[in-house]
Amino acid sequence: MTALLRTAGVTKAFGGVQALRECTVEVAEGSIAGLIGPNGSGKTTLFNIITGYERVDRGEVWLGGRPITNHPPDRVFAAGIGRTFQLTRVFSRLTVMENMIVAAQHAERGHGWLRNPLARAGGPATRRRAGELLEFTGIAGHAGALAETLSYGQRKLLELSYVLMADPAIVLLDEPAGGVNPTLITTIADRIRQLNEQGTTFLIVEHNMDFVMGLCHQVTVLDYGTAVVTGPPGVIRTDPRVLDAYLGTAEDGDEAP
Amino acid sequence: MSPPPAAPRAIRSARVARLARPGALLALLVIAAVFPLVVTNALDTQFAVDTLIYVAAVAAWNLFSGYSGYISLGHAVFFGSGAYTVGLLTEHWKVAGGTIFWLLPLAGLVAAAIAVPFGLIALRVRRHTFVVITIAIFFIFQLLAYNLSFTGGNQGISSPFFLWSAQNYNNPFYYVALILAVGTIALSWLIRHSRFGLQLLAIRDDEDRARGLGVRAMRVKLAAFVISGGITGMVGGLWWFFIGQALPETAFNPIFDVTVALMAFLGGFGTLAGPVLGALILEPLQQWVAITFTNGYTGEIALGVLFLLVILVLPRGIVPTGRELATSWQARRTRRRGGPGAPSGAAPPGSPAVPSPSPSGASSASGGGVQ
Repeated sequence: MTALLRTAGVTKAFGGVQALRECTVEVAEGSIAGLIGPNGSGKTTLFNIITGYERVDRGEVWLGGRPITNHPPDRVFAAGIGRTFQLTRVFSRLTVMENMIVAAQHAERGHGWLRNPLARAGGPATRRRAGELLEFTGIAGHAGALAETLSYGQRKLLELSYVLMADPAIVLLDEPAGGVNPTLITTIADRIRQLNEQGTTFLIVEHNMDFVMGLCHQVTVLDYGTAVVTGPPGVIRTDPRVLDAYLGTAEDGDEAP
Repeated sequence: MSPPPAAPRAIRSARVARLARPGALLALLVIAAVFPLVVTNALDTQFAVDTLIYVAAVAAWNLFSGYSGYISLGHAVFFGSGAYTVGLLTEHWKVAGGTIFWLLPLAGLVAAAIAVPFGLIALRVRRHTFVVITIAIFFIFQLLAYNLSFTGGNQGISSPFFLWSAQNYNNPFYYVALILAVGTIALSWLIRHSRFGLQLLAIRDDEDRARGLGVRAMRVKLAAFVISGGITGMVGGLWWFFIGQALPETAFNPIFDVTVALMAFLGGFGTLAGPVLGALILEPLQQWVAITFTNGYTGEIALGVLFLLVILVLPRGIVPTGRELATSWQARRTRRRGGPGAPSGAAPPGSPAVPSPSPSGASSASGGGVQ
């Protein structure tokens, strides 16, 4: 298996705080990879760098053999990386369907940006696809509702749904199980597995260890901005460095999401 | 209790509702078109032209600021530039009479051209800073109008007098203003339903999230800014022609910026009808205040007080608040009847989440237990 997404020696400092140092992470194509580590270990910063919200100080980001280092977010998305945020971010004053259509823009745009810019948003194909995805995540019944009327868990599902609109090669999920009830966590895990079977690669940041260990093929542990160890869940659970950095407290349940 | 009669009635009322809107719009348009034929008093038609000029200006402003959420307090830059463009070209090319109207598109082009560097600078920063920068750029332009060699300094630029007979003098202005206003509103409607408009609204709600979903935010914002600025320039050109004089302090007028913003907020920032409604209410009111209290500053004080009142009482504007009241009234009525046929629109915020009717197994998970 080849690496679909790779960060090579990424270093990033915010003022005097070294968020990432020489961070190298690889995600194999077709896999579900997990990214864990204590609070402040640089997980979200790494997500932000991959998706273009932050610039690297040093290092590179590669997507399937193409460098995407410091590309702006819209280009990263168009290149095939979808991403959700730790705190859900939906377009609250648009309907659920309109939220979906926003994410379809880049696929719908066609060639040349002046090509009838006033064309109606969301053609039939887009709406059908959006409907299918909402059906898949279980919020199709809310398609006409304003996104602000959704519950927190439903917003998580909406985020997952609209990211999928562009058929991304890889989806980065930032704490998909955070603040969500157990039933919904199971649903989300099921959906991720189903998508993965259809070929979508995942990289997941998550504090819920059962979720990560049950779902991921490969887990990378970040500590102080560096990838300490990578391996299958069974190995990670017992690695002394990991226990030292993180898992010891998490398995005792101290690490509330 | 037999439910059947309710259904046809619902269908009929839905059909009426569907026809009501275009019908009302058509009626409004007809009224607007025949207004100067019925009302011939010069003072009244002058008010009408002023009002239409503001309707067009606020619709153009809303097309950018209302949709994108970036509040511009510098649109007087476009208004003034349009006014000076038409003024200078009229002088320079010795244009006279109704031909001057044909200079308006040029005023629009000049204003749009100014909007490009203006936008490229100001749109680099986020909302709050953007407001400040638009104000700063506005004052730069006002200073330029005072000091450039070709702008006439304090004297400004006057238009030729008595272009046509005094009989119905205001009518040509009225119809050109009406065309501008209706055209801008129609364009706003088109944009609101286009993918371009949807991208603007997404930027308004969460710009970073929109970028992460493929929206090229800078390009979209700039395009809206340029369109909005260009239309405002045409409105400014018409205003110069109508008033007959542009001075640095009247063409580049901070009160214009505040007024346009206030109109939009009063009616409903970002909605289609709201800003228009705001202009229709506020501009005649302002004219009335100006005539009733002749000391000059009372009108401005009244404007300030009104601004505060709008923020206090109607922070979201007439149209959104009215819509909300209508929805809750409808919901209450449906509940009282006990009918299950509640409107399938947005559930009122705060109510427990309704499990989605989709048959997929996941629907139960989206129920009320979610935090």
